[in-house]
Amino acid sequence: MGLDLRIPVGALFALIGVLLGVYGGATLGQPGTTPTGVPINLVWGLVLLAFGTAMLTLARRARRAARGHANPDAARGPRIT
Amino acid sequence: MTVFSSGISLYAMGKLLNLLLGWSFDVSILVAAGIVLAYIFLGGLTSAIYNEVLQFFLIVFGFAPLVFLGLRDVGGWPGLAGRLAGVATANGYAPGAYTQSWRFMGSASANPVGVEWFGLVMGLGFVLSFGYWCTDFLVVQRAMAANSMTAARRTPLIAAVPKMLFPFLVIVPGMLALVVSPTSGVRQAGPAVTASPPSLTSQTSPTSAASAAGIVPPKRDARTGEPLRDAHGHVVLDYDLATPMMLVHFFPAGLLGLGLTALLASFMSGMAGNVTAFNTVWTYDLYQSYVRPGAPDAHYLAMGRLATVFGVAISVAAAYVAASFNNIMDFLQLVFAFVNAPLFATFALGMFWKRATGHGAFTGLVAGTLAAAIHHGLSLPAGAAVGVKGGYLGVVTTYPSELAQTFWTAIAAWVTCFAVTIAMSLATRPRPLEELRGLVYGLTSKPTDDVRRWYERPVSLALLVLAGVVVLNAIFF
Repeated sequence: MGLDLRIPVGALFALIGVLLGVYGGATLGQPGTTPTGVPINLVWGLVLLAFGTAMLTLARRARRAARGHANPDAARGPRIT
Repeated sequence: MTVFSSGISLYAMGKLLNLLLGWSFDVSILVAAGIVLAYIFLGGLTSAIYNEVLQFFLIVFGFAPLVFLGLRDVGGWPGLAGRLAGVATANGYAPGAYTQSWRFMGSASANPVGVEWFGLVMGLGFVLSFGYWCTDFLVVQRAMAANSMTAARRTPLIAAVPKMLFPFLVIVPGMLALVVSPTSGVRQAGPAVTASPPSLTSQTSPTSAASAAGIVPPKRDARTGEPLRDAHGHVVLDYDLATPMMLVHFFPAGLLGLGLTALLASFMSGMAGNVTAFNTVWTYDLYQSYVRPGAPDAHYLAMGRLATVFGVAISVAAAYVAASFNNIMDFLQLVFAFVNAPLFATFALGMFWKRATGHGAFTGLVAGTLAAAIHHGLSLPAGAAVGVKGGYLGVVTTYPSELAQTFWTAIAAWVTCFAVTIAMSLATRPRPLEELRGLVYGLTSKPTDDVRRWYERPVSLALLVLAGVVVLNAIFF
């Protein structure tokens, strides 16, 4: 299987990050959501989203590079005549 | 051995489902086994390895905030060390005994592990660690799945980097659990608890607070619900619950889901890896080689699937054995001492000594495993009852802890296997050197690295890992 593992890893963590971040933002200020004074749901949701996005970006860049390697013309973009 | 390790992961998973969802332990075990069976059965080794990668990141991102919040709660590392110093002195040790690795290893009575430096270096550092990294099929199989010899050699070296850092994710929460106040965090012990799973909050009820340490609850009798006590009358703490208790204590709804998923993921990946190792060893190394060679691939695929079901079934049985230990780490190390320790002596001699013979290896392996059983049967950890924890042949010696007993069991198994293999090999006919080419180190051409960058070379990585080991040991000396 030629699956780039960065894609499922990135998608999973970006999704969890969005869910956690939105939930953390919506429940901000409610009792029991800020252990030791940190809005941890919101903070960690953003951390996971950043990690997931970074993974997806790396996978996309690698795919583009591989495609460019296989077809150098395609990598340069559409030819204008 | 792999199915024993798998059973330990299954036990932990079943216990967690039992506590979280309130299902009976039996149902929890069967459901957990069913989930893992389904994805190995459908996807095989590929799905197990792909899942392990996802699970690795889940574990890291699920536990990292726990360490952050826990350390913040106790005043950082200095605060944790200060509080653990109080725990250490209360238990009769020097203040740094819970936070320093080597300083109190001069005598077994000076540290909570109950082992002196030789037992630690030889038992854990040499026999059990080398045994795990070099002979455990769970680890070796990952290297075999690599796409080149250089990648295979890099596998354990790259794995060693996160492995060196994992104590910060899995041991620090355990240390924190001993000193965190039950009244800090998002949920407190007592009636104020509303959002956390009912079974977990009942573990920290005020009635049990007196017998708990930090937020680690006492281990309870499955039938009566009363805290268990050792032979000296001391309450036995349930260290398997330290991390779940920390998650419930510090994580609010939302992140708690991620943390518990991380915990389940870590057990699932452990179980899946061991079951795939079991079906590979059985199908390729035993069945295909000795029972029915030359059959079509479809036959071996069916046999592999059958082995997976069988492996999961034995894991369920092993999970019930694990339940009798108050700490699954102790049980895991004991299994390693019986199986990996003698196997490592066999591997080492087979790889580096061209005079070793098959008869020598087999006799040594049997003698080493027997030596482990005899040592375990003649010794007992302090406070333990005679039975599954040892002493079944008569108690000749007592060790301060289960880990100390395990390290010396491993040493006995390794030394016996090593000596018997050498003696028996010298007494039997050597194999011709031509048959040993590619198998014995001295008769095999050395691999050349097919990489250009310095950081891709196994030697460079090995030096970096070694430097990391030295620095970490110096910091926590």
